[in-house]
Amino acid sequence: MDPARAKRSSWLNDQRVRGLAYQILLLAVIATLASGAIYNAVVNMRARGVPMGFGFWNDVAGFDINLHLINYSNLSTYGRAFWVGFLNTLLIGIICIPLATLLGFVIGVARLSPNWLLSRFALVYTSVMRNTPLLLLLLFWYNAVLKSLPGPRQSISIGDVVFLNNRGLYLPMPVARDSAVWFLGTVVAAIVSAVGFHVWARWRQDRTGAQMPTVLVAAALIPGLSAIVTAVAGAPFGFDLARLSGFNLKGGLQIIPEMAALVFGLVTFTAAFIAEIVRAGVLAVPFGQNEAAGALGLHRGLSMRLVVIPQAMRLITPPLTSQYLNIVKNSSLAVFIGYPDLVQIFAGTVLNQTQAAVQVMAITMAVYLVISLTVATALNAFNARYALNGR
Amino acid sequence: MSSSLADADRSDEAAIRFSGVHKWYGSFHVLRNINLTVGRGERIVVCGPSGSGKSTLIRCVNRLEEHQRGSIVVDGVELTDDIKRIDEVRREVGMVFQNFNLFPHLSILENCTLAPIWVRKMPRGEAEELASKLLARVRILNQAHKYPGQLSGGQQQRAAIARALCMTPKIMLFDEPTSSLDPEMVKEVLDTMSELAQEGMTMIVVTHEMGFARQVADRIVFMDLGEIVEVNAPLPFFQHPQHERTKLFLSQILHIRH
Amino acid sequence: MSLASLAYVREAPEPEEAPPILSSGALAWARANLFSSIGSSFVTIGCVALIAYLLPQLAAWATTRAIWSASDGAVCRQHQDGACWAFVITKWDYLRFGSYPAAERWRVNVAEAIGAALIIWLLWINAPRRVWAAFLFFVVYPILALILLRGSSWFGLPIVDTQLWGGIFVSLLTAVVGIVFSLPLGVLLALGRRSPLPAIRLASVLFIEFVRGVPFITILFMANNLLPLFVPETWTPDRLLRPLAGIVIFSAAYMAEEVRGGLQSLGRGQYEAAMALGLSYARMTALVVLPQALSLVIPGIVNNFIGLFMDTTLISVVGATDFLEAMNNAIKDPIWAGPTIMVTGYVFAGIFYFVFCFGMARYSAHIERVLAKGRK
Repeated sequence: MDPARAKRSSWLNDQRVRGLAYQILLLAVIATLASGAIYNAVVNMRARGVPMGFGFWNDVAGFDINLHLINYSNLSTYGRAFWVGFLNTLLIGIICIPLATLLGFVIGVARLSPNWLLSRFALVYTSVMRNTPLLLLLLFWYNAVLKSLPGPRQSISIGDVVFLNNRGLYLPMPVARDSAVWFLGTVVAAIVSAVGFHVWARWRQDRTGAQMPTVLVAAALIPGLSAIVTAVAGAPFGFDLARLSGFNLKGGLQIIPEMAALVFGLVTFTAAFIAEIVRAGVLAVPFGQNEAAGALGLHRGLSMRLVVIPQAMRLITPPLTSQYLNIVKNSSLAVFIGYPDLVQIFAGTVLNQTQAAVQVMAITMAVYLVISLTVATALNAFNARYALNGR
Repeated sequence: MSSSLADADRSDEAAIRFSGVHKWYGSFHVLRNINLTVGRGERIVVCGPSGSGKSTLIRCVNRLEEHQRGSIVVDGVELTDDIKRIDEVRREVGMVFQNFNLFPHLSILENCTLAPIWVRKMPRGEAEELASKLLARVRILNQAHKYPGQLSGGQQQRAAIARALCMTPKIMLFDEPTSSLDPEMVKEVLDTMSELAQEGMTMIVVTHEMGFARQVADRIVFMDLGEIVEVNAPLPFFQHPQHERTKLFLSQILHIRH
Repeated sequence: MSLASLAYVREAPEPEEAPPILSSGALAWARANLFSSIGSSFVTIGCVALIAYLLPQLAAWATTRAIWSASDGAVCRQHQDGACWAFVITKWDYLRFGSYPAAERWRVNVAEAIGAALIIWLLWINAPRRVWAAFLFFVVYPILALILLRGSSWFGLPIVDTQLWGGIFVSLLTAVVGIVFSLPLGVLLALGRRSPLPAIRLASVLFIEFVRGVPFITILFMANNLLPLFVPETWTPDRLLRPLAGIVIFSAAYMAEEVRGGLQSLGRGQYEAAMALGLSYARMTALVVLPQALSLVIPGIVNNFIGLFMDTTLISVVGATDFLEAMNNAIKDPIWAGPTIMVTGYVFAGIFYFVFCFGMARYSAHIERVLAKGRK
């Protein structure tokens, strides 16, 4: 082959040139599709009179929302409606994540129990929950259970303090009294003392080897001091109870059925997945670790605490965080049962009324993306620090 | 040597005594009528084909396995379901596993000080001093602050030996300690074990390393199919095996070792 | 003391004996698993009491006290202590096919039967010529199914508008379409994410993380509302096509992560051996990497399918009628109004999804075991 030709063909076969060519091709394709899409979008939106800016943010919303953590009325703006929905979504996350974690760990431990019946019960629970669509669970709780409850006048009452009817669950609402300040102050002081005692006990153990029951002390201190303060200064909280007034219950803390159904469904559903994660994490710690700890003379409790659980937690944390994100994403199913979360209010009502689909969807997705990416970044930092250096 | 053998005969000073011990896994009769007395300072090597029950035997000594019939008395304490007794025995018996079983989330030093601090209630400074001494003795003091995953197999097993020694046990059990190691690291671990033996530690070692058995053991116990088939001092054991099964086993294993 | 007195040679073998009663067999099992401690015994008693109370009630509700045949809700209203299976039985055609015209329902059955046969062929480990099965399933079957289900004047099949499609048929259709199109797309994305070329890698990562970071409902809304905007007026996409597109996009991102896991677990050795043999990137990927990686992740893919099947319940938010939506519609029928109707309907739907998903999960676990054995 003459050198000139060899040089030409080798340039085409150069890996770097090819790589560059593929990338330029990809970018060209994406650019073409994107510009086509944008062009069409602009044409279509103009033709249908759809607003193209974000001006709608300050327009009057004109609809009511039955759960708002900040002030809102049908004269508020679409922007305010967004914040109401956003806060409602966060509220669900804040309530469901600890509850699901707690229930999930309990069921996970039950799955690991040496008692065969208990472990099978937990297995039935997780199998059923993991193979049933979340939407079906929500619809069941909302339609079949909560909506079938009697009206306010025939509310089911538990001790005349908690009421259940088709308008919601009514709990006593704590109302702070004068001694509340003392009470809270004492609780904080008790917690600080318990932590301080724990630190001091550890220091003492390092120096002398003697061990102290810090958990018991904390368990005694916090309720104990609180009880003393209550006895001396009087009850810190009064309770506003719901009472029948006309056709409705007034007062108390009202949890609308939509929220009750969503919380109940999300917690019971996600707990099943968390239980499996806990079980897998504990089982993944090799049994030799238990044996080595036992052979050293550590009894079961110490072995669990010092050897097995620290290793299990490192394995549990990443998938657990994934489930927390799922709770936030799954809360969007609120749109099916009318709970006013971000999707239901903003991507639902606001989008329908303003027809500003592109803007509304962009904002909604941006919110979820920010939440997801923040958690993912934190998780990566955690993994980098705590992942076990293995071979 | 002979004085320790004489000691072994005085029953109330026996380190470990198996009497009529049977064990079943489900319906599989895995230990059959084990009678064995291990004297203080005695070094026993247990060998036999796989499935003979030799690992099960030593795991019964610190109750990692339960026996269903007969009695096992360790250092004067009989092993029953009594948790307090089990813990007592485990404090005085150290064990080294085939797979090392070091705690991966703790440094080597922390692996060694964990049990002294939490079980013997030692102050941290004292525990670390003891651990450093023992890590130096097995010649890995410079690895003390590394994590198990960063050490070679031979180093990990020596760290595991140091960890067990930190509880100052009276008896050391070794369950195939070199079976998971690359050949060039087997010697360093066996040398460590030989040094330990020379200092008078009571040891039961399950192993295929016949060279080690010849040099270090006071008695060799040959097990097959769950029963003790032959027991003898190393020289007569290797040169004049009596039982048919012993002869068969030795012909297979020594043939390979050559 | 002579050495000889410590030596021992066995005279006779020990007889094998049966284990003591309390240490094996049913009693031993009960002692270890049910009554191993005081707390455990209490738990056992409590569980047994619970079962003894609940199980007969549930069984009676579902069988002996249930209404099996009726023509309207009256009988069910009278007997409210049992399930109203008559409702499900009567409504079965609607729950199965939606509003698909009765005379054409054979087309749905044929399309589903062919699909099932192809899937079994594809997933059966020892089946011959599985590459053909893959080609048929991923290339030929979609076209064939489209013609059959939608209809075409060329083949003399009357057109059935997608708005009439509904029920279990649509749920299965959505899940299968999701898998068929998201698997190739997911493989491309997974390869793209591992590509050394930065632009390709960036594009793949952005796509995957974007789709995985947002709720599925927002993807459906996006597909439903934005797709018509991004294409010229005259191309208005079919109303069922939009959620299908959303499902494909959503599933592709998760599939990509599954496949990427498989590619990573393959080990550098395979790549290096292929490169040493002089295989180009395309050949190496097609002949060496993908076949191994995909069989590694078959259990993961089946799990994705299960999740996808459950996610199909969400397409009703953009107006498509899946099985759950069909059930919701059926429940609203005034002829059948009654308190037990809703519970019966939801319980039946729950059983349906559970049996399907649990069955697939068991199958996936079985495959994992078989593959693990072969992989040694």
